[in-house]
Amino acid sequence: MISTVPPAFVFIIGGLLVPFIKGKWKSAYLLLIPVVGFVNLISIPEGTHWVVKFLDWELVFGKIDRLSLLFGYIFHLISFIALLYALHVKDDLQHVAGLVYAGSALGVVFAGDIFSFFVFWEMLTVSSIFLIWARRTRAAQAAGFRYLLVHAAGGLCLLAGIVLYVNQTGSIEFGYIGLNGLATYLIFFGFGLNCAWPLLHPWLTDAYPEATITGVIFMSAFTTKCAVYALARAFPGTEALIWIGAIMTGFPIFYAVIENDLRRVLAYSLINQVGFMVCGIGIGTALAINGAVAHVFNDVLFKALLFMSMGAVMYRTGKINGTALGGLYRTMPFTCICCMVGAASISAFPLFSGFVSKSMVMDAAAKGHMRIIWFILLFASAGVFHHAGIKIPFFAFFGHDSGMRPKEAPVNMLLAMGIAAFLCIFIGSFPGLLYSLLPYPVDYVPYTAPHVVGQTQLLFFSALAFSLLLLSGIYPGEQRCVNLDFDWFYRKGSRLFYYVMDRSFNGLCRVSERVFVGGLAGYLGRVSRDGATRAALLAMVPAWGITGTTGEKLARKKASLRAAVQTGTSPVGISAALATIFLIVVFLLM
Amino acid sequence: MEEKGQNEKKYLFDNPRNVNRLLGCFFSSLVVLLIIDLFVHKHPHFPWEGWLEFYAVYGFVACVALVLAAKYILRPIMKRREDYYD
Repeated sequence: MISTVPPAFVFIIGGLLVPFIKGKWKSAYLLLIPVVGFVNLISIPEGTHWVVKFLDWELVFGKIDRLSLLFGYIFHLISFIALLYALHVKDDLQHVAGLVYAGSALGVVFAGDIFSFFVFWEMLTVSSIFLIWARRTRAAQAAGFRYLLVHAAGGLCLLAGIVLYVNQTGSIEFGYIGLNGLATYLIFFGFGLNCAWPLLHPWLTDAYPEATITGVIFMSAFTTKCAVYALARAFPGTEALIWIGAIMTGFPIFYAVIENDLRRVLAYSLINQVGFMVCGIGIGTALAINGAVAHVFNDVLFKALLFMSMGAVMYRTGKINGTALGGLYRTMPFTCICCMVGAASISAFPLFSGFVSKSMVMDAAAKGHMRIIWFILLFASAGVFHHAGIKIPFFAFFGHDSGMRPKEAPVNMLLAMGIAAFLCIFIGSFPGLLYSLLPYPVDYVPYTAPHVVGQTQLLFFSALAFSLLLLSGIYPGEQRCVNLDFDWFYRKGSRLFYYVMDRSFNGLCRVSERVFVGGLAGYLGRVSRDGATRAALLAMVPAWGITGTTGEKLARKKASLRAAVQTGTSPVGISAALATIFLIVVFLLM
Repeated sequence: MEEKGQNEKKYLFDNPRNVNRLLGCFFSSLVVLLIIDLFVHKHPHFPWEGWLEFYAVYGFVACVALVLAAKYILRPIMKRREDYYD
């Protein structure tokens, strides 16, 4: 107990020290952080640790139970793999951001109170945004700002919910919340934004493909999975989640079919996979929660593997659009094989990791007699094979020959992909180890004859559909284009907002300038310059008229009066007379 | 990065025979799967899971529907030029 520290601190402090380590030791140091972190994690007994008094509240930095531990394990594992994959990167910013990001994710899953939970939750956004900006392109900069704004909005919503909730319950403990009342809906919505729920999802498909090659490996693992953890902790069994999850599995696959940027295809399939988890949490039975959490574990690995293989392609060729790639299996065979392992895992082929976890959620839906949900999930299972399982490897490594003959990926990338690929097959073939770590006791056998045959049939005939559609020319060719998504509303909406603000406020400025600067100021100037002269002339000309002054003499008198008033040199007698008249007028008015 | 050379060696699928072999394996495994399904003892949650070749038909139909819907409905509505947002 004394020798351990909160898991988040190992990564955050370790990450902040990265710039001070120079030379060849840096690689070893980077890889050591998750290893030390993991040893630290397994030394912590289950229970509540690191309770800190803060104002009148108690912050808890270590709520260690089976649910949080499983997330802790996978986050350590993927941090190691992602750091190994990024070892060749010389940009300290990315290493620091990646490690602080991983630390924040660990902070979220081990937070026992909702206050420190929220702080780590916001740190996720702040640290991950540097993994987008580190790409240093205009597109990445813009996507980063959109990412920041959307998450800031979600974070504020969550904060509002938390403030209301703490005010109502008088406790800041983070546990089951459930949906009742405004506060909980705000919290629910805040979680949902990070979880990329339908209509709240475009931040993901917008920003992830713009992130750096290595940064996106971190990003694919943490933000959405932390949100899944938060839902599993606070809203298990919430019926709305069943439908939200089912829709999440369904709609992205249509986009993925017509998308050209292969990393964006993976971003859509990420939403699709998170949908299975959200659905499982919504169903809320022990089997469903187990399935959802097991799927988190597997998804982190195979999605990272797919992003890594596409990253390797992008690193070597500089291209990522399906239209520009093809035929790379010739010179990047190992990357190709790793990609296919990831593809087989996400598609839930027997002996690959997706098979042993996705089916638990499907089974839970079937046991709950949810017919429509079950059909949607089955449709999504076939569809994910279609776009992530076949499309990604086919368009990158096979398909038409792009003529490019890039070198195989660097050794560190190959090792990282190799470890992830090995784990995908290992978990798929020996699911017992993963099952033993799940929150509830597992009474589920994935390898039954009907399940294996049924799933294999589903996938093979889905592949048949792909082949026939491709051979017949019906399969939609890759096209250089953008596909509108819900982000249209804020990307175009922000321009409308800008236009309206420009028109109203700048219009107001223009009017003000015309009235005050152009008109009023000049008028006041003229009045203060000519007013006295005119008044004097107004008074004197009739008087001169009475005395019979006309013609040239009158003009001369006028000119001398004007000069006298403007220069303040009128005879003393007149000034005194005017002052007296003025005083009399004032006296009479009083 | 290297480009395709004039006299480079032939890779695995440059030979059409290998492509045909692969397709042959694929199609025969489809037939095998259809046959195995006849002999598997099922214990379905839903009645249709017990129907003959349910998963094969569903997988095929779902994917054809998916592609047709994406190509003929979603793409015409959503597709814009690459510089649409610039």
